[in-house]
Formats: sequence, C-alpha cells, structure tokens
Amino acid sequence: MSDTTFARLDVLKTYKLYVGGKFPRSESGRVYEVTKATSAAGAAGKREWLANVPLGTRKDARDAVLAARKAVKGWAGTTAYNRGQVLYRVAEMLQGRREQFAAEVAVSEGIGPKKAAALVDAAIDRWVWYAGWTDKVAQIAGGANPVAGPYFNLSTPEPTGVVGIVAPQAGYGHSLLGLVSVIAPAIATGNTVVVAAAAAAPLPALSLGEVLATSDVPGGVVNIISGRTADIAPTLASHQDVNALDLTGAIAADGPGAAAALEAAAADTLKRVVRPELDPFAQDWTNAPGTDRLLSFLETKTVWHPMGI
Amino acid sequence: MAKKKNTEQPAAKPAGGLFTYAPAPESPAAAGDIASSYGHFIGGQFVDSSGSEALKTVNPATEEVLAEFAQGTEEDVDRAVAAARKAFGDWSALPGSERAKYLFRIARIIQERGRELAVLESIDNGKPIRETRDFDIPTVAAWFFYYAGWADKLDYAGFGPNPRPLGVAGQVIPWNFPLMMLAWKVAPALATGNTVVLKPAETTPLTALRFAEICRQAGLPKGVVNIVTGDGRTGAALTAHPDVNKVAFTGSTPVGRAIARQLAGSRKKLSLELGGKAANIVFDDAPIDQAVEGIVNGIFFNQGHVCCAGSRLLVQESVQDELLDALKRRMSTLRVGDPLDKNTDIGAINSAAQLARITELTEAGEAEGADRWSPECELPGTGFWFRPTLFTGVSQAHRIAQEEIFGPVLSVLTFRTPAEAVEKANNTPYGLSAGIWTEKGSRILWTAERLKAGVVWANTFNKFDPTSPFGGYKESGYGREGGRHGLEAYLDV
Amino acid sequence: MPLTGRSRSGIEWRARTPRSYRVPVRPQVSVRPRWVVALADYYARRYAALVTMSTVAANAPGVAGSGLADVAASEASLRRFLHGLPGVDQVGLEARAAALGTRSIKTTAKAYGIDLAISMIDLTTLEGADTVGKVRALCAKGRTPDPTDPTTPRVAAICVYPDMVATAKDALRGTDIQVASVATAFPAGRAALPVKLADTADAVAAGADEIDMVIDRGAFLSGRHLDVFNEIVAVKEACKRPDGSSAHLKVIFETGELQTYDNVRRVSWLAMLAGADFIKTSTGKVAVNATPPVTLLMLEAVRDFRAATGVQVGVKPAGGIRTTKDALKYLVMVNETLGDDWLTPHWFRFGASSLLNDLLMQRQKLATGRYSGPDYVTVD
Repeated sequence: MSDTTFARLDVLKTYKLYVGGKFPRSESGRVYEVTKATSAAGAAGKREWLANVPLGTRKDARDAVLAARKAVKGWAGTTAYNRGQVLYRVAEMLQGRREQFAAEVAVSEGIGPKKAAALVDAAIDRWVWYAGWTDKVAQIAGGANPVAGPYFNLSTPEPTGVVGIVAPQAGYGHSLLGLVSVIAPAIATGNTVVVAAAAAAPLPALSLGEVLATSDVPGGVVNIISGRTADIAPTLASHQDVNALDLTGAIAADGPGAAAALEAAAADTLKRVVRPELDPFAQDWTNAPGTDRLLSFLETKTVWHPMGI
Repeated sequence: MAKKKNTEQPAAKPAGGLFTYAPAPESPAAAGDIASSYGHFIGGQFVDSSGSEALKTVNPATEEVLAEFAQGTEEDVDRAVAAARKAFGDWSALPGSERAKYLFRIARIIQERGRELAVLESIDNGKPIRETRDFDIPTVAAWFFYYAGWADKLDYAGFGPNPRPLGVAGQVIPWNFPLMMLAWKVAPALATGNTVVLKPAETTPLTALRFAEICRQAGLPKGVVNIVTGDGRTGAALTAHPDVNKVAFTGSTPVGRAIARQLAGSRKKLSLELGGKAANIVFDDAPIDQAVEGIVNGIFFNQGHVCCAGSRLLVQESVQDELLDALKRRMSTLRVGDPLDKNTDIGAINSAAQLARITELTEAGEAEGADRWSPECELPGTGFWFRPTLFTGVSQAHRIAQEEIFGPVLSVLTFRTPAEAVEKANNTPYGLSAGIWTEKGSRILWTAERLKAGVVWANTFNKFDPTSPFGGYKESGYGREGGRHGLEAYLDV
Repeated sequence: MPLTGRSRSGIEWRARTPRSYRVPVRPQVSVRPRWVVALADYYARRYAALVTMSTVAANAPGVAGSGLADVAASEASLRRFLHGLPGVDQVGLEARAAALGTRSIKTTAKAYGIDLAISMIDLTTLEGADTVGKVRALCAKGRTPDPTDPTTPRVAAICVYPDMVATAKDALRGTDIQVASVATAFPAGRAALPVKLADTADAVAAGADEIDMVIDRGAFLSGRHLDVFNEIVAVKEACKRPDGSSAHLKVIFETGELQTYDNVRRVSWLAMLAGADFIKTSTGKVAVNATPPVTLLMLEAVRDFRAATGVQVGVKPAGGIRTTKDALKYLVMVNETLGDDWLTPHWFRFGASSLLNDLLMQRQKLATGRYSGPDYVTVD
C-alpha cells in the first residue's frame, strides 16, 4: 500500500483502419492528428488533441478494394434473411457501446452529450431500419412483368458489387449517423463497400469497424479508411474494379471541383454515381432515410423464359 | 487454341433450289413523300437551321441519297431547348390523364400509319421490311400505349406521392432501331411530364422527322417534342446544354463514357444504354432446334446491329459439333438481300462506315487465327452488305470475342462445365444481356443468377416488351428502359 | 452406312407436275455433307451404349449400321433412347413455324407451289357414308382435277377405307395415282392386333399401294413404347405382297391426342425405327389435326433420322389444311427445313379434300388474272 495518491491514467485506444475484417495500420506507417471539434461547423483556433489516426493511402484504398471484391460473392450470396440478421446484430453491438460512441460523436461534431447520445440512438435505429429491408427490397424493386407473349418475365434487383463511398463530412449527425446512413443501405442489398471516412471526424467510423468486426459481418464487406479524402477518393473513383461511387461527402471534403473530378473519373468505367448534395453542411442526417439509397446500388436483372408444355 | 482449319465447304445448300421464291417487294412508294431536304422540328414546326451545313441520308441498300437534312448547330439546339423549356410548364401542369390521351393518340396514329413507317424505316436503315413490319413499328406503338397508361398513375409507381418530372430531356439515339429507340425515349419522358429535344442518328433521321408529323396530327402542344438533326457535334451540343435537366443516350460505350464525363459535376440526370458482347450459352441438354433458332435470331436479327446481340456463342464442348453443323445448315437458308423484299432475312449494313468496322474486325479475327465460315450467298452489287459469318476456334483473348462488332458475325467459344460457362460469359466489361439454353429448370436459374447481365433470355433470345425493363450492368450503361423501372429515369427521385 | 433414296416399298414414282421430279438419288457416303456425317457420328456416339444391349433389331433398313439397331431391344432401352432425344421448346418451335408462315410466295413461286401442292395431295374421303359412286367421283377428280385445264397436275393418291380400295383401284386404272387405304381400325385404333393386321392385309390384297395405319395412342401415352413399336413392325409385315413387294406404310400419330411436342418427336423416332415409310400427323377425325409446328417438328425428325441412319422417310400432314395459303406455308417449311430432297410427292403429302378446290381456284386466278369462284371448280 502506498500513501501516494494519483489519478489513474487512462488506456488510450490506438485507432486503426478496418480492411478485410482486420485492423491494419496504414501501409504508410503514418498518422495524422484528430482534434476536438468545437461546433458542428468547426471553429478556428487551437484544437484539443484527441487521437492519432492512420493516414490511409492510395495503396490502403487499393487493398481495401481487393478485400471488398473478394467479399462480394459470399455476401451477395447469403440469403436476404441472413443479411437482415447480421445487420440487426450490428445494431445490437452498437447498442452495447452506446456511451463510447456518444462520447466520440460529441467530440467529433462539437455537440453536447445529450444530442450526441440521441444521434447514436438514431444510428442504432437506422441499422434496424435497414436490417428489416434486406428481405423486402426485392419485392418493391422487382416483380413480374406482364409481357405480351407466352413468356414468364421477372425482374429482380441484384447488388451492383463494390461501392466506393466518400463518407459524409458535414451536416448534423454526419460522423456516425450519416456514416451508417450510407453504409447500411449499400450492404443491406448485398454490396460491399470501401469507405473514405470523414477526414476531420474519423473516430466514430474507425470504432464502427470494431463493432462490425464483432457483428457477424464477414470480413471485407465493409472497409473503412481514414486519411485525406483527396488521396483515397480518387483511387476509388478511378479503380476499375469498383462498380459504384457514393460521393456524399465529396463536396464538403474537397469542394465541388474535386467532386466533379471524381465523377468524371468514375465515368471511365461507367460507375454508378450518387452525387453529393449541393449544400452538404445543411444536411440533417436525422431525416427519414427513405429508400433512395437502398435502390441506388442495385442492378435490375430481367429474366425471360417461355411458357410451354 | 489451334483447331484444325475447316477447309471443307458447307454442306447445306442455299434456299432456292426447286422452290425459288419470286421477288416479293414492298413498294417504296408506301413510304410516303420524302422531302428533298429537311430542317429541324422545333416549337411545333419545321424550321431551317441557323447554319448552312446539310447532311445526306442514303438508302444503304442502293447508296441512293434519300434526302438532305440539317446539321444542327449550337444555336439550333439552343432554340430547341428553349422551345422545350417554354412548353414544359404547361405540359407538366397538365393532368396526367390528359397527357395520357396525347400518348394514346400517338400510339394509334403509329398503328394507322404502320405500313408507311415500316417502309420508310427499311429504306432509311437497310433493315428488312419483315422486321420493321413485324417488330419495329408494332413495338413503337406498344411503347407509347404502355407509357400512356402510366401518365395518370405515377403516384402508384413506387416513387412516392406526386413524383415530379425533371424538365427538359435531351435524348440522343442510335441508328439501329431508329423509331423504336425514339419511342423508348420519348414515351416515358412525355408520360412523366417532361418535354424533349431528340437528336436522331445522322444515318437514319427520316422516321424521327416523320414522327414530328405524327405529333402534329395528334395535336401535341408545341415544343413538347422537338427534333434536331445532325451528327455527333449536334448531340454533344444537346447533352452539354445548360438548360437540359436530363440526358438519355443510347449508343456506343465510348460515347456514353464521354457524356458521363461531360456531365460530371452537373445536376443533369443521366441514363445510358450502351454496348454489349452477350454470351449465348448452350448446354448439352438444350432443345437443339430451338437453340439454333435462338442463336440465329440472337446474332442475325437486324444484321447484328443490336447492342444486346448474342455475339458470343458459348457452347458446351460435348455438343459443339452437332450444334455447329445444325447452325451452319440453318445459316445457309438465311436470305440476304433487298430489304424491301418481304422474304429477306438479312438486309443491308447501315452505312459504309459500319461495314468498314465489321470488315476490319472480321479480318482481325482471321489474322488472330480463328476459323471463318459463311454460307454461300449472292450479295447485291451496290449497297453495303455483309454475309452472315461464323468464327470458330475463338478464344477470349481474340478481339472478336471482346469488342462489339455490331454486325452479323458470331464468335463461337466452348466450355466444359457450367461454372466455366458463367466465368467466360461474365469475362467482359459489358453486361447487357445473355442467353441460356438448357432443358433443366434449376440450371437455368442457377446460371441466370450468376450472369452479370441486365437481361437474361433463357431458351429464347432478343425478346422485348414495353413492360419489361431493359438495360445493362457494368460498362453497358445504367438505368433501365421499359416497365415501371423506366419511369425512374424521367422522375425527380 | 449407305444412303439410299429408294422408298422402302420400292414403288416407282413418275414426274407429273410441270417441273419434272427427279427420282431422288441420294449422294453416296463419300460426298455426304459434313454435317450429316457429324450428326450420324454424334448419334452413334450418343447411343453407343445401347448398341451392345440386345438381340431384337430395329426394323428400319439402314438402322443396323447406325448404332441404333438395338434401341428397341427392350422397353427400357427404347424408353431411354426416346427420352434421350433433344427436348422441344413449345414457344420456340411455334415461333419458328409462324415465322416461316410469313414468307411471301408470289407469281412464279406461287404457280410452282400450287402445282406441287396439287401433285402432293392424298385426296381423301373417309366417311361412313362413302359409296362406290362417291369414291369413283373422287377418283375422277383426282385424275382430272380441272377439266378446263389439262395442264393441271394429278393428285398423288386417293385415300379411302379398305372396303373402297378395289373400287378406287379400278377407277384409277391406267394412271400412276396411288391408292392409299387407312387401316388398323382407323381412326381410333382400338381393336385387337389380329383384327388390325387383317384389316391391313385385306387392304393390301385389294390392291392398296399405301397403308395409313394409326398407332395405339393409349399404349404410347401410358408408356408402353415397345407395344407401339412392335405393332408397327407387325403392320409393316402385313403390308407385304405375295410377290415380295410391299405396300408403302404411313404411320399416323394423331398428334392432337399426344399433346406435347416432346411426345411428337419421340413417336416420330419410334415409328421411323420401326420401319415407317411415312410419318403422318393425324386422322382428320379429332379436334386438333395437322398444325404447322407439329409438321415442322416431324420434318426435323425425318431430317435428323436420315442424318443418323441414311434412311429417308416421308411426311404427311393431314386434316385442317384447306387453303392454298396454308399449303404454301407447309411447302415453305419443307423447303427451308429439308430442301429439294423432300420437295416431291414421293416424300411429302397433304392429306386433304377441300384443299384441292382452293388450289384449283388459285391456279385459275394465276392463269386468267381473274378471281375464280366455287362454281368454277367441280364438286365431287
């Protein structure tokens, strides 16, 4: 027994990327400082240091695309019922770490603990919303077509494949709720994703990787990279093995010119592109999500067969 | 790769031995009056171009000039977009039920003038009258009829309550199905309350210009449909126009890519229906006679000028000989010649440029070591013609297995197992369509599920219907035309 | 395996239509088309396992060398063979038949087609009310279809019940018009085998050149393929004449009762293996008779059978073909599926009665430029 009293030193987490179900450091070995946001829009002046996070590189992005591609077959091949259970499991896991995420959201977005907790709750509920969609989306997006002839004709939606996502970088709730709002609909329908996390607010994203890793989500289905979006996003946009691009955070990250350049790069392989909102800072991620994103990364396949004896 | 060269001549004899069909020509006069020169259709009337450049459209079967038409300038495009913008307010505010009636009227007038349109299309495009009469024009009418019914039911289309139109749609269409492509574009655009500026292809403008007359007969409000003719420059001016809200393009993948790049950073909605290199997979338990018909229909329909043509035949090795012999026998009965003859199966290649491309690619096929075969058939002295052609001993690495030929040329590859068939079928940047031939139901579904293609025809091929969504995966484009899905491209959703 | 063009019964055929029909001479093996060789090889390979199986040979000449000799050794082997034939997709088959039906046959082609069709008719009367007078009148019509135009070809055959064979034979004396007799308890075929054989023998004895037998559809539908096969073999035997020649055997399937196209393909092969000289769609006595798709399928069957065995078999659609337009559609199907080799009355027939007068009216129209009417052709 010692007389000396001292405050216990916290054990800090080393934040890592989430790629292929594993938690690598950046291949560059580099990190960058993440500081506390003082308001939703950010504020000038000295910021409080929060963590060093991996400075993901183009190579990290390419590795993530490989992992995502590898995961497509298995994930798209699971039953919709199974995918729904996995997504629900994510909600369960997130619920268990609600306090941690509330703290990270609060410092990431510069909001109070109550609001942050509400945003985490909303994020949990969003997983539940999409968990329920997995085995229903085919019924609203597909169906039988009454062709004028002796043919059975059925349209079914299928996942597009690998989706590159520039995560929301701004707007109310972007750091976790916004992130979940772009990841969950893409994977609900069987796609796999590579996410360029919010550069200034990556902590909830990197922690989400830990939740996903313990939620029965197969490795490679979701890959999360922190770093400069200006490095990561162009790699995703020009990568020939990426099928679709969600540019939600692109304008907020690097400006309209950069967003347009990403879209132009995506045109080379005719990727499906979801364009960013014109004013991403005005976006409120607590708004009801609707089905737009759910339907954005689907291909409609129509199968014909004659009917005869 | 090295397969033994087949020097033996085809066994099957051409049709026309004892029973020789006499010419059964449709009268070119049935096409109605073709003016010597055409301007654009803007704001409900034909107007002269602001420029002086004129293009010529020729009958590809005879190389005769049919008419001159205007090369649309940026100013022409601007005028047309302004007319469409002006018309948009009233048109989009019209009750859906009223818009529907205009479209029903158009559908009916197309049916009434079906023969005229069929003959005109055949003359301008080179495709057989049998196809324009039995397929193109009936499909055009069906498309308008189908989308007419949607105009007042958009609330129920699954895009939320009161879905809004986008505004002015700029539409650029190809030459392979000129009027049908127009219908695929115009019908859903108008049904959803948009107005359109459409640019037909520079080798086949005549049916689009005739459609302008039909719009007038239907009493369609001025400016709702505008048609600006010209080549790619006109198309680029249209897709680039700042007051266009929606761009719809059907054509080649390189041009589609350029448009997608051009529109990057804009708020224009884009749908693209591009090239293809469809695999037609024949398993060893296929209904062989129907498979042969499906292969023939898949690649020789419309001279092979079909983006979803089954241009790669993937045949299971165990039935290769039987199938190819049957296919050659069948190909020998194809009748190539005068598109206006009602018994013609394969008409003229649409243009000298397209003929040159087909020729170049088939020569590449030979140079790369594939075996080339065509049935004996006499080709007319003038015009653009190409024999139905079969390449065997083709490997995935050959250009003729990778590039879209867009002509009556079939590349034959083989496979040993279903997994190999799927792997080879998907091994292309394209993903528009595919075919499966087998009598085993579960194998059809297994295969269809794995094929990366927007349309899968099982035990049939090249079937189209206005209720059935059509469009591709990967570099074959995005968005769907046809069916409820086809509405989305023209709604703000 | 030799490719012989002779009809099995050895009946000689003479040209009767404006364009002379060659007695078909089949090419020899050395010049056999490549696809024929390949297809024959294919079938030989496909059914090689069956060859070693048993002792009862298929009946058709040429079959012996084709690897198909033993397919009828047992019900099991026959069934295995028939069910191993490629399937038929109904929609695709019907679409192909319909597409061939859109051919536009005009002017000289139409004139040729009409005369060819007339020469291919088995002019038929199969009524309970048939009399000697009726049959004589029909024979007169067959000899001189259009009394106003002696260039009109004669029909191929007169088709009657067995008890009218002698009358028909007598009325057709001096012509090469064949007398065809239905037999085997036509049209239902529901009689004991000895009765059917006696029916056949009776008709042959009365002078019938051709026998149109019906198969036992009940047996076929209940899966007793070998019974059907053996019955055809037996009837073929009954077609033999004392001089060693044989009446030509046409086997009627009554395709309207078989329902599926798969059944039609199977029964076609079954009948050809059993020795049919002709395969025929229908009796004309049920609701659904000859249709273009069924006939097209049978044309494909005889094409494939020749490729596999070298034996050529004829095809006869019967019932429901009433107009020139219909007949021309069938001829187009023959032309584009089989070609010249089958474009003669030797290998293709129409079982019809009212068709003839429509062909004659169209023929008159082509000759005179005026549309004819029913009063300008004879009613017999």
